[in-house]
Amino acid sequence: MATNLRRFKRLGSVFINNSSPLRRLSSSSAVLGSVDGQVQQPGTGTGKSINLYTAINQALQIALDSDPRSYIFGEDVGFGGVFRCTTGLADQFGKHRVFNTPLCEQGIVGFGIGLAAMGNRAIAEIQFADYIFPAFDQIVNEAAKFRYRSGNEFNCGGLTIRTPYGAVGHGGHYHSQSPEAFFCHVPGLKVVIPRSPKEAKGLLLSSIREPNPVVFFEPKWLYRLAVEEVPEGDYMLPLSEAEVIREGSDITLVGWGAQLAIMEQACVDAAKEGISCELIDLRTLIPWDKETVEASVRKTGRLLISHEAPVTGGFGAEISASIVERCFLRLEAPVARVCGLDTPFPLVFEPFYMPNKNKILDAIKDTVNY
Amino acid sequence: MALARRSSNLLKPLSTASSSSFLHRRSFSTDDSTTITIETSVPFTGHNCEPPSRSIDTTPKELMTFFTDMALMRRMEIAADSLYKSKLIRGFCHLYDGQEAVSIGMEAAITKKDCIITAYRDHCIFLGRGGTLLESFAELMGRQAGCSRGKGGSMHFYKKDACFFGGHGIVGAQVPLGCGLAFAQKYRKEDHVTFTMYGDGAANQGQLFEALNMAALWDLPAILVCENNHYGMGTAEWRAAKSPAYYKRGDYVPGLKVDGMDAFAVKQACKFAKEHALKNGPIILEMDTYRYHGHSMSDPGSTYRTRDEISGVRQERDPIERIRKLILAHDIANEKELKDIEKLARKEVDEAIAKAKESPMPDEPELFTNVYRKGYGVESFGADRKELRATLP
Repeated sequence: MATNLRRFKRLGSVFINNSSPLRRLSSSSAVLGSVDGQVQQPGTGTGKSINLYTAINQALQIALDSDPRSYIFGEDVGFGGVFRCTTGLADQFGKHRVFNTPLCEQGIVGFGIGLAAMGNRAIAEIQFADYIFPAFDQIVNEAAKFRYRSGNEFNCGGLTIRTPYGAVGHGGHYHSQSPEAFFCHVPGLKVVIPRSPKEAKGLLLSSIREPNPVVFFEPKWLYRLAVEEVPEGDYMLPLSEAEVIREGSDITLVGWGAQLAIMEQACVDAAKEGISCELIDLRTLIPWDKETVEASVRKTGRLLISHEAPVTGGFGAEISASIVERCFLRLEAPVARVCGLDTPFPLVFEPFYMPNKNKILDAIKDTVNY
Repeated sequence: MALARRSSNLLKPLSTASSSSFLHRRSFSTDDSTTITIETSVPFTGHNCEPPSRSIDTTPKELMTFFTDMALMRRMEIAADSLYKSKLIRGFCHLYDGQEAVSIGMEAAITKKDCIITAYRDHCIFLGRGGTLLESFAELMGRQAGCSRGKGGSMHFYKKDACFFGGHGIVGAQVPLGCGLAFAQKYRKEDHVTFTMYGDGAANQGQLFEALNMAALWDLPAILVCENNHYGMGTAEWRAAKSPAYYKRGDYVPGLKVDGMDAFAVKQACKFAKEHALKNGPIILEMDTYRYHGHSMSDPGSTYRTRDEISGVRQERDPIERIRKLILAHDIANEKELKDIEKLARKEVDEAIAKAKESPMPDEPELFTNVYRKGYGVESFGADRKELRATLP
């Protein structure tokens, strides 16, 4: 079950000097589930090693197979999508259930809200998270508030918006952004970000079956790079439950998505210097699992948050404020944030912009030695 | 099947490349005073307007310029392809080869005071506006000598002195901007217009129709140029658009369908459109064109269309070959002379690349500049410059 971020070394050389092996980032709390709510622990050794886009593909295949009222649509998804996540689905389920849309993000999401309002599972793909902004109005004003403003008469809970986010090493201004914080400011939405193939499959199935609209950000850097054993069957991972993926006693690190692999490396390096780090994958950003983070900070007395999005107004700010409220007297150092810089996502200076391992390691040391 | 059905449509306007055989032969001359009358490949089709004439006057000099400029553009894009593959160009890269006649024909009809704004397939538009190869390649490779000082990359070329407003990353988002440019021109009572370019994929974006309504409501001198290369990323136009007759989709806004593979048709249409726009307000020009490369460098461009379709368009409608045939038919230059021009283009491109490679990357502090106007309000600050701080000017 060991996570094998194959080829990560090559990738790591872009912005990480140290190529120490990654500890496993795989989940230990997966729950096998099905639509009727039957819950089992996933069997070990039943899964094959697959990468993240294949895991997403499996989840989508299961979603379509297990519910005849589920649909997938978006730009080029009929051909498999630019990241191959929907490969083969149109052939298997037909073009009336997996179909291409015109290039019109606002239309895609609005259409999805209507489809979901009729009791269907509408799985919309926005090709890059950078392109989600034309649909921002539909997501914020239509999807998120549909249930509230109709006094629960209507909702679009069947809507799941999948979109690849984050850096890829050379994506430039419009193929690299991490816009998750914008959506975390919108009650009525759920925001979910997986860190690995197995997590992605379980969390995506939960998101699709979740009775509230979900924006599901997929770490595009990991589509091919992250490989791990993934159970073949249908299983779901709970939303709004953070996971402690590495236990420690000196400092708590909180992150999500692709950033966890970087943070994990910083933890390994910190351990060599005698600092014991606890690493938490938040998994769901809203509503987020404050209890798990709080319990950890009560233990360690220190908190570091890291994300790719710019530091100002990032979701790290919310975590920081909440934990200071809850653990003020227990904190032994200011909460550290190692995030993207307050600049547009750059083309030429991506390695400087990124919250890389060394920046995190420095912040760990500063916080522990405060 | 569907592909094949559409392929035959794509190949349609091919029969008239040598339609000017009635013209007597002239000796090789780039003399501007000699006039040659040629006919566009196919007639224009109008929507709510009387289309312009098919016949257009040109000169040997203009023919040679068209050939030379298009050969240079073609070579630049081919070179960008290999630079991308060797990882000297990072980011996303969208190539223009196949569509050169649109830029060339448009520039021949307008001045550098007319504005152009386009999306991310912008290298050749920049070159057409008078940008240099060095600025292009340096920008592509993220170097200081680039037109955006290395900070934009492939999708973000700009040239203010020639009223080229770029260079925009989001499909269709530049179209309302174009209307704003046109409003400013009208307000200043200038006799200039704005060419707002977008693709057939962007034609289905809602903001295009918002922009059209405003442009028509206020009679703005905005010319919406739909470069219909028949594929919005990987989706054929007819799979994405109920009506792929983009020139008609302005409803109350007149439109003209143009063979975008024929530089002279484009020139005639743009001249017509400029006159129309200054007098009556917006007009849509649908340029029927074709991109040989995929949507971007990560799209091989061969999964959603047949190789036969691509090679068919190359053989029958290529904008450069069309001009080559005209030059040969009028005996303005011979095969060898044209080959030499292409060789020269290759040389110029290679030299520009070599020079661009010598240009350094931007200085590291450039990461923090231009986020806001210098000295006004907010800058990136701090020992590691990771945070924003408000400053009083």
